[in-house]
Amino acid sequence: MKKTMTAMALALSVATPAMADLMVPNLSYRTGPYAPNGIPYADGFNDYFTLLNERDGGIGGEKVVVTECETAYNTEKGVECYEATKGDGALVYNPLSTGITYQLIPKVTADGITLYTPGYGRTSAANGKVFANVFNYPANYWDGASIIVKDILSQNGDNIQGKKIALVYHNSAYGKEPIRTLQELAKKHGFELVEIPVDHPGQEQKSQWLQIRRDKPDYVIMYGWGVMNAVAVQEAVNIRYPMDHFYGIWWSGSENDVLPVGDGANGYKMISFHGTGGDYPVYADLKAHVYDAGKAAGDGSNPGNVLYSRGMYAAMVISEAIRGAQAAAGHSNVTTAEVRDGFENLNLTEERLTELGLPGFAQPIASSCADHGGPGTAMIFQWDAGAKKWNQSSDWISADADVIDPLIAEDSAAFAAENNIAERCN
Amino acid sequence: MPDQLLYAIEAGLNGLMAGVLYSLVALGFVLIFKASGIFNYAQGVLALFAALTLVGFQNGQIPFAHLINAVFGTDLHEFGWHLPAIVAIVLTGAVMVGLAIIIERYVLKHLVNQAPIILFMATIGMAYFLEGLGDIMWGADIKKLDVGLPQGINETIDTVTFNALGYGFFIDNLDIVASVVAALLVISLTIFSQYSKQGRALRAVADDHQAALSVGISLRFIWVLVWSIAGFVALVAGIMWGSKSGVQFSLSLIALKALPVLMLGGFTSIPGAIVGGLIIGMGEKLFEFFVGPMIGGATENWFAYALALLFLVFRPQGLFGEKIIERV
Repeated sequence: MKKTMTAMALALSVATPAMADLMVPNLSYRTGPYAPNGIPYADGFNDYFTLLNERDGGIGGEKVVVTECETAYNTEKGVECYEATKGDGALVYNPLSTGITYQLIPKVTADGITLYTPGYGRTSAANGKVFANVFNYPANYWDGASIIVKDILSQNGDNIQGKKIALVYHNSAYGKEPIRTLQELAKKHGFELVEIPVDHPGQEQKSQWLQIRRDKPDYVIMYGWGVMNAVAVQEAVNIRYPMDHFYGIWWSGSENDVLPVGDGANGYKMISFHGTGGDYPVYADLKAHVYDAGKAAGDGSNPGNVLYSRGMYAAMVISEAIRGAQAAAGHSNVTTAEVRDGFENLNLTEERLTELGLPGFAQPIASSCADHGGPGTAMIFQWDAGAKKWNQSSDWISADADVIDPLIAEDSAAFAAENNIAERCN
Repeated sequence: MPDQLLYAIEAGLNGLMAGVLYSLVALGFVLIFKASGIFNYAQGVLALFAALTLVGFQNGQIPFAHLINAVFGTDLHEFGWHLPAIVAIVLTGAVMVGLAIIIERYVLKHLVNQAPIILFMATIGMAYFLEGLGDIMWGADIKKLDVGLPQGINETIDTVTFNALGYGFFIDNLDIVASVVAALLVISLTIFSQYSKQGRALRAVADDHQAALSVGISLRFIWVLVWSIAGFVALVAGIMWGSKSGVQFSLSLIALKALPVLMLGGFTSIPGAIVGGLIIGMGEKLFEFFVGPMIGGATENWFAYALALLFLVFRPQGLFGEKIIERV
C-alpha cells in the first residue's frame, strides 16, 4: 500500500508541471472529421513554443508547458477540456472553435483567464470595453467579409452597383457571422446578396451549386470549414464557375481545401491575416532546434502550410503578450491577471516581428483597453495549382471600419445588457 | 417550357443521381443486416478505411510510418512506387477480405447468440477502432483520390438539352459513372445470391439461421463472406465519395445519408436500398428547390429523415422490407 502511494505520488509529481512553468493549454483536435485542419494548426502552435523552450529556455527564463486536450471540435468536449486544465494555472486558451469560444466567454470572464481567438470566435469581442478577457486580433469575421468586398470593389472600378454576390456558408454560428455585415455592405454598395447555407458536414452540395449555376452570381464568398470547403471548390469547378471570382475566408483557404480538387482549383482566392510558406527566417531556427532535434509535434509534412502558419501565429502572439506581461510585472512567473494585462497592452511592431524571424508575416498590433480587435487587415492569396502554393495577390487591405465599428458596438452593447456588464475603459 | 419547370427537372435528375450515391452506402448496411441481423454502425467507417487504404496503396505510402518513425527514430514515408488504380483496388479488396476474417474471428465468433443490441454495440466499438487504426496507418491528412473517373459537367447532356429546351442541364459525369456502377453492383449481387451456391447459402442464413445450420451451412463462413462483400461495397462507396471531396475522415459521416434510405427502403431489401436512395435523393433536392428558398435553405439533411419517418408511419418495415409477424 505504501509502495503504491509512493508510486502514485511520484507519478503525480511527474505529470504535474512545476508551479513556475507558464501553462498554455492547447485545446486541439487531432481526431474526428475536422482533424485534417486541427492537426497542422496544433503542430504550428506546439512547435513554436518548443522552439522558445529549446532555443531561449522559454519566455523570460520560464519554460512554457503546452498541455494538449482533445476536443474533436466538439463544444461539450471543449468545455470539459477547459474545466480539466484551468486548475493547472492555465494562462490563456485558444480553442480554434467558434462554438467552444461562445461557451467559454462567460467562464473565462468569471475565472479571469484570457481567451485568445485570432480570426474566429465572437466578432464583437473586439470591443474590450465589454469583453475584458477576450481578444480576437488581428482580424475578425466581419473584417474578412468587408476586405473581400473591398477587393471586389477594386476590380470593378469601385462600383459594384447591381452586381450579385453569393455567400456560401457553413450553417452554424460561425458561418452565419458575416451575414449582417454583408447585408450592410450590400446596402452601402448596392449589390445583391444571395445567402446559401450548407449543412454540416457539407459532403453533398449539389443543390447549392445548381442554384449558383442558375443565379449566376458575379462573385461567390465562402465561409466554410472542413470537408465543406473542398467539396465546394470541386462543385465550383464542375459547374465551371470562374475560380478567380470565388473567395474563401481564412478558414476556407488552406491547402486541404484545394489539393484534393487538383488543377481545377487553380486561381481560387482566399484571404489571410498572416503570410504562408516556409521562407521566413524563423524556419531556420525551427529546423535547428525543433525538427532536426526530433522534437517536432507532427510528421514534418505541415511546416509552412497555411494552417501550420496560423497555429504558429497564435503561439507567437501569445508568447509576446506573456513577454509584455513579464516586463510590466517585473517578474517572470506571471499570473493570469498579468497575462490578461499583457494582451491588453500588446505592442507588436514590425521591428519586433523581424527580430522574431517573421518579417512581413503579419501586421503590427497595438492593443488597448477598448481595442481587442487589432488592425483588421488581411491579404488576398491565389492558389497556383501547378506549383501547389498560395501566391500573394494583394497588399494588406483594411476592413471598412465605417460599417464594422457600429455593428461591433451594437452587438457588444446587446451582450453587455444581457449580462449586466458595465463598460470599462471610460 | 417555363424556366422554373426546367430547373425543377434538373434538380430532380441530380437528386436521382445523388440518391444512387446514398444507395451505395445503404447497400452495405442491407447486406450485413440481411445475413446476420446486425445493424453495422461501422459501415461508414469501412468506406473511409477502404478509401484510405486504396490511396495509400496507390501512392506507395508506408502504413504506420508515423508510428514506426516515432518508435525507431527512422524517417520512412513512402515505398517510392505509384500503383495503377486497378492494382490498388484489387489489393484494397484483399485487405477488406482480410478485415472481414479478422472481424469474424475476433469479434463476431464470440458474440454468437447474443442479443442484437450487443452486436450493434460491438459494431460501434469497431467503428471507433477502425477510425483510429486508419489514422495511425495512413495519417489524418486529406488525400486526393484519383482512379481515373471522369468528373464535371457532361457536355453531351448539356448540349442536347440546351438545343432541345433552351437550357442545358447539369449532370455530373461522376454521378453517371456511380449510377452505372451501382446498377452493375446490384445485378452482380442478384446473380450471386440467386445462382451461386454461396449466394443460396447466404439467403438461407438470412431466412433462418437455425435451419441453415441444421443443413450444414457454416455460419462463420457466411459471416466472412457477407462482411467481405460489404467491405467491397464500402470500397466502391469510398471511391465515389472520395473522388468528390478527397479522402478525409468526414467520409465516415456519409453513413448519415444512408440511414433515411434504409428507413424508407427497408433494412433487408437490396432493391429497397436503391429505390429508397432514389426517392430520398430526388425528394430532398426537389424540396430544397421549391421550399428551401422560403425557409432559409439547408433543408436536405432534416427533410430526408422527415420523408423517411412519413413512410415509416404507413409502412414500418420500409417499402420493400419483410413484414415480421410474430404469433404467441
